[in-house]
Amino acid sequence: MGSEARPFFAPVPKASGWRLFLKTVVARAYPRVVGQQRERSWIFFDVFLSILAVSAYVFVYRAIGAPEEYVGFVVVGGAMTAFWLNVLWSMSSQLYWEKESGNLALYIMAPNSMMAILLGMALGGIIATALRAAAILLVGSLLFHVQYAVGNLPALVVVFLLTLAALYGLGMMSASLFLLWGREAWHLANLAQEPIYLLSGFYFPVKNLGFWVAVAASIIPLTLGLDAMRQLLFPSGAALGFLTVPVEVAVLAVLCVLFLVAARWLLGYMERMAIREGRLLESRR
Amino acid sequence: MSADLAIETQNLGRIYTIRNRRERRIRKEVVALRDVNLQIPRGELFGLLGPNGAGKTTLIKILTTLLAPTTGWARVAGFDVVREPHKIRPRINMVSGGEASGYGLLTVRENLWMFAQFYGLPSREANRRIEELLRRIGLADRIHTKSSDLSTGLRQKMNIVRGFLTDPEILFLDEPTLGLDVNAARDVRRFIREWMDAHPDRTVLLTTHYMVEADELCDRVAIISQGRVLACDSPEALKRRLQRDALFDIEITAPNGLTSSMLEALPGVRKAVLTDADGGARLSLILAADSALPGVIHVLTERAVQVRHLTKREPTLEDVFVELVGRPLAEEEVADGQ
Ligand SMILES: Nc1ncnc2c1ncn2[C@@H]1O[C@H](COP(=O)(O)OP(=O)(O)OP(=O)(O)O)[C@@H](O)[C@H]1O
Ligand SMILES: [Mg+2]
Repeated sequence: MGSEARPFFAPVPKASGWRLFLKTVVARAYPRVVGQQRERSWIFFDVFLSILAVSAYVFVYRAIGAPEEYVGFVVVGGAMTAFWLNVLWSMSSQLYWEKESGNLALYIMAPNSMMAILLGMALGGIIATALRAAAILLVGSLLFHVQYAVGNLPALVVVFLLTLAALYGLGMMSASLFLLWGREAWHLANLAQEPIYLLSGFYFPVKNLGFWVAVAASIIPLTLGLDAMRQLLFPSGAALGFLTVPVEVAVLAVLCVLFLVAARWLLGYMERMAIREGRLLESRR
Repeated sequence: MSADLAIETQNLGRIYTIRNRRERRIRKEVVALRDVNLQIPRGELFGLLGPNGAGKTTLIKILTTLLAPTTGWARVAGFDVVREPHKIRPRINMVSGGEASGYGLLTVRENLWMFAQFYGLPSREANRRIEELLRRIGLADRIHTKSSDLSTGLRQKMNIVRGFLTDPEILFLDEPTLGLDVNAARDVRRFIREWMDAHPDRTVLLTTHYMVEADELCDRVAIISQGRVLACDSPEALKRRLQRDALFDIEITAPNGLTSSMLEALPGVRKAVLTDADGGARLSLILAADSALPGVIHVLTERAVQVRHLTKREPTLEDVFVELVGRPLAEEEVADGQ
């Protein structure tokens, strides 16, 4: 039988360690980024709806004669909301969907680290959402003639990146929680969406909520991130700010580490549970 | 334990505990596997043949480090599945029938590329292999098709390619031709056979409930039912067990209340299986000797059952299965093969 059959291909050395980690991150980010490209109509829709929400607040603020800075606050808040929605609805439920399609078992079985898979999802989500956020910012700023006064650009960049890191760290953590809790987590996210809109001050300075409510709201990384960004973007931002920028940066950094460590631990726990009980990797057939 | 064994299991067992959703104290236990002892040398194409719920997928999950055994142990490529999964994972891959893996928005090439990256395959090599494998399995013209636009058969071909792409030392195929039409199934089987011929040091473990697949394809077959391995040998050797027996197929018009247990009560009748066939029924008999046939005919005549056709035939794997398990693999398959 087929004695002269030649091999289909020769074995090659494969990446391992940190190179495998990076390859995995990039490969898992890829479908997110490309998928975005292939469903362009959604971008228009998302941007349009966000601008609509922003406009509503702008009109209310102008009607009640709120300070003009509030308009800029709302536009920046609207842009950052895109990331929050991405974390809440896409990132959090991602592992759940991966389970349903049978990908999760393949990811766990592969020699890569699951943390790389999650980071890849996050990176893909960030890149895909950045486009929407930028569009919202641009359209909103032009539409409502928002004036920015950036004094400290490096600080702004650091705050922005740290906010995203903490936000997606939260997303990575909740991805495992969603998988473990299933439908219940779903309902929870649904319930949480509106109050969080209010609490994290997407559309107004969080300081207005009072100190303790603002502290409680700070567990959502977007709260402090937005507050710090507004302080760095608008001349009167500092006066409306909740805490000083350095303090907010420090808290964000702590949240970031906290969420990432928790995400890693939960992933390990999820995998151990799955292998022991044999239930989590069952895809719906 | 030998270095040449790709897979070895010892008294392997798995019990699933199902908790009641409302009352956590209420538990049910399902024994999915019990005392499975297998030794599969490198280079073998090994088949697991069993009906639904036999424990095939459970065994594959344990061997692919996705499920912990509750008793016994298993080694894959020489490593323990519980203690050394990280050593096993780079060396294996798995494809399941009817799986919906990957992302529908990506093309065939992109999906395959992505999975290759998770194994650390260099991108250029991955793309070269993807083209080569797609050509061999007959999917080359769909390389740029979005995977959501593929039919079931083409999709499964893509999945199969995913498994081979990383050149695994040991590949697990869980019902790879499930739901495929005759042509697609044949393509997949030919592809697997060619791979084994071209890579004699690679091992494939495949599960199936198609007789022909096990018979044509596998070097050795384990017949598994209700979590137990009932026999394990080459298809030829398994069939040889029945060589001394006489096998008859009798087509009848209507059973008229005849049951297989009535016939099995007769001396010399080792197994009788009654299945529906178009416009009547078919009686498959395993007799200890030809001399038991008149007794059967006598019972048929007594019940006024009309015989339309009677054939004596060589044993098939299906007969081995019926002999061991006590019933055919799946009713409809007795009638039309696959
Ligand atoms: N996660 C689970 N929880 C509880 N019981 C399970 C689970 N998975 C499988 N079982 C049970 O274990 C037994 C073996 O199932 P398994 O899926 O291994 O069989 P199989 O041979 O692959 O069957 P099929 O041909 O239907 O794929 C069945 O009785 C099944 O109901
Ligand atoms: Mg199965």
